[in-house]
Amino acid sequence: MVVFIIRRILLMIPVLLGATILCFVLVDVANDPVQDKIFEISQSTGEPVPQSTIDALESSLYYDRSIPERYWIWLTGFGDTNGDIGLLQGEWGPSIEGSAMDIGYEVSTRFWITLRLVLFATLASIGIAILAGVVSAVKQYSRTDYTLTFLGFLFLAMPIFWLGSLFKEGAVQLNKILGSTVFQTYGSGSTGFRGNGWEVFMDSLPFLIVPTLVLMLGGYAAISRYQRASMLEVMNSDYVRLARAKGVRNRTVMRRHALRTALIPVATFAPLALSGAMGGAMVTESIFGWRGLGVYSLDAINAGDTFAVMAYVLISGVVVLVGVLISDILYGVLDPRIRYE
Amino acid sequence: MSNTASPRLDAEAITSKERGQWEMVGRRFFRHRAAVISLVVFILVVLFAYVGPFLWKWDYKIHSEIPSWAAPSLDHPFGTDKAGRDMLGAMMQATKQSLNVALVVAIGSTVLGALYGAVAGFYRGWIDSVMMRFLDIMFVIPFLVITGALAGAIDTSVRWYHMAFILAIFGWTSIARAVRAEVLSLREKEFIEAARSAGGSDWHIIVKHLIPNTMSVIIVSVTLQIAFAILSETTLSFLGLGIQSPDTSLGLLIEAAGASAFNEHWFLFYIPGLMIILIALTINFIGDGLRDAMDPRQTMVRR
Repeated sequence: MVVFIIRRILLMIPVLLGATILCFVLVDVANDPVQDKIFEISQSTGEPVPQSTIDALESSLYYDRSIPERYWIWLTGFGDTNGDIGLLQGEWGPSIEGSAMDIGYEVSTRFWITLRLVLFATLASIGIAILAGVVSAVKQYSRTDYTLTFLGFLFLAMPIFWLGSLFKEGAVQLNKILGSTVFQTYGSGSTGFRGNGWEVFMDSLPFLIVPTLVLMLGGYAAISRYQRASMLEVMNSDYVRLARAKGVRNRTVMRRHALRTALIPVATFAPLALSGAMGGAMVTESIFGWRGLGVYSLDAINAGDTFAVMAYVLISGVVVLVGVLISDILYGVLDPRIRYE
Repeated sequence: MSNTASPRLDAEAITSKERGQWEMVGRRFFRHRAAVISLVVFILVVLFAYVGPFLWKWDYKIHSEIPSWAAPSLDHPFGTDKAGRDMLGAMMQATKQSLNVALVVAIGSTVLGALYGAVAGFYRGWIDSVMMRFLDIMFVIPFLVITGALAGAIDTSVRWYHMAFILAIFGWTSIARAVRAEVLSLREKEFIEAARSAGGSDWHIIVKHLIPNTMSVIIVSVTLQIAFAILSETTLSFLGLGIQSPDTSLGLLIEAAGASAFNEHWFLFYIPGLMIILIALTINFIGDGLRDAMDPRQTMVRR
């Protein structure tokens, strides 16, 4: 098992390298931050920008090198002149915003904000998907089944930004009616709040409810259809019929015999939902004014900040790959037919 | 002699009509009630977007004689926005642009994905492994970020065909996987062997024999791809990384509506949102119906 995990992690490295190379080339070719910066300076001063400034800009952003060289120095930091680049040395590269903006610092603080949202939403959507799927399967072809299936289709078709805007305004209205602030709809926590981890977490809870709900509803439908299909398959299998024939109580059959087996495909599918939630987090964060990773990547895209976009690509790639790894491990743990040698 | 033989043959002839494959698919599809209703509604939406502008008096542009923020009335059934734009006209244009993107993405990414998957599945071996590793790489790349970064980098104002192109070149991976899985089993069948022994080239076998036989997978994924493209395009437009003003898109209309879900300008928010849901919902039902109709092995879950 340990060997299997290590081998899978080693196999992820080339995939991650390939993904970053592809993204780096695309983002780098599409943007020219030096030109943008020069334009900005010449707009504010009204004079042509001197060559020395251009050279300084180019060398500070490593744009005096070719794209392959720039990728290499971004990855390794070998031949680095300013001491602010090279992933292997723990440096994320210079931001276009200047040295005041440290990509590494921004990304590491924002990562926990986004992870909090994504994990809660993914767990919640798995929970509600299992519930909806099982109820739907047990009451197959009943009115409940049709209603749940239709709701699933509806949420599958609902754009998350629309749902987010709707829920945000709804929460604002609800707060007005109740005269309370149960639901916080802007930001990820009280501004300037300090305390230990638990206090910060308790402070962030009212801010978490509505965005988590939005992300949950955006992601549960696909898993729930999966759960329904797998539950139906198991319920029609011979061993469940045998258990019933033996006279085992219905509840026990459902829980111990049917559900346990029916959870396997869902458990392996669910970690992949992380990648969907990461994308959804971009939208929810920008609607609810969170200062998370998704909004950071949006700002970076708008500014044409290559190294900041790459930081997001790398982190979200790692999160997705970890999801895939968990899914593979769960497959081996839950399904006794599969053994990792 | 022949005169006496033919009535006898007629009497013995099989009276039930012969049905072709597509006729069977059609019959099964039309038994799927939700899918048929969805198909009708989707056709109405398409007519609304492409024929509507010729029939309606206002276009999507701002006119000085249109009052600002008028509630829905006979003159402006969907109301008007702040700048003085008839929302019915704007909705027609926005739906048209979103559908343009969706249809082009569906076709483009399906052609790309089907060819890719068929080539990978047909050759197997190292070609297949390399091509599948590339799919893994594409899976790891965050879709919204890379499409947004490319769309955001277009200097001139982003048009719908820019969006269609960008979404298509990143949206084909699921189709490639599905087609490859089909082709892996198809390539071992006798008719492929026959085509090869008759001297058919690899390209001939892939295009004339393998891809037509995966048509059921492909058609279903085209429909799902339309829903996927609509949702991605509107999301990017909403985030300001898609189609830009003065042109319009459903995502852009919702973005412009802002926080008006519960105030007197509610129609600006709900109408484009419901249109997106309507398109994605009907497309999903149509895809569901097609899947049931094309795959007789699969039991029909819902009728």
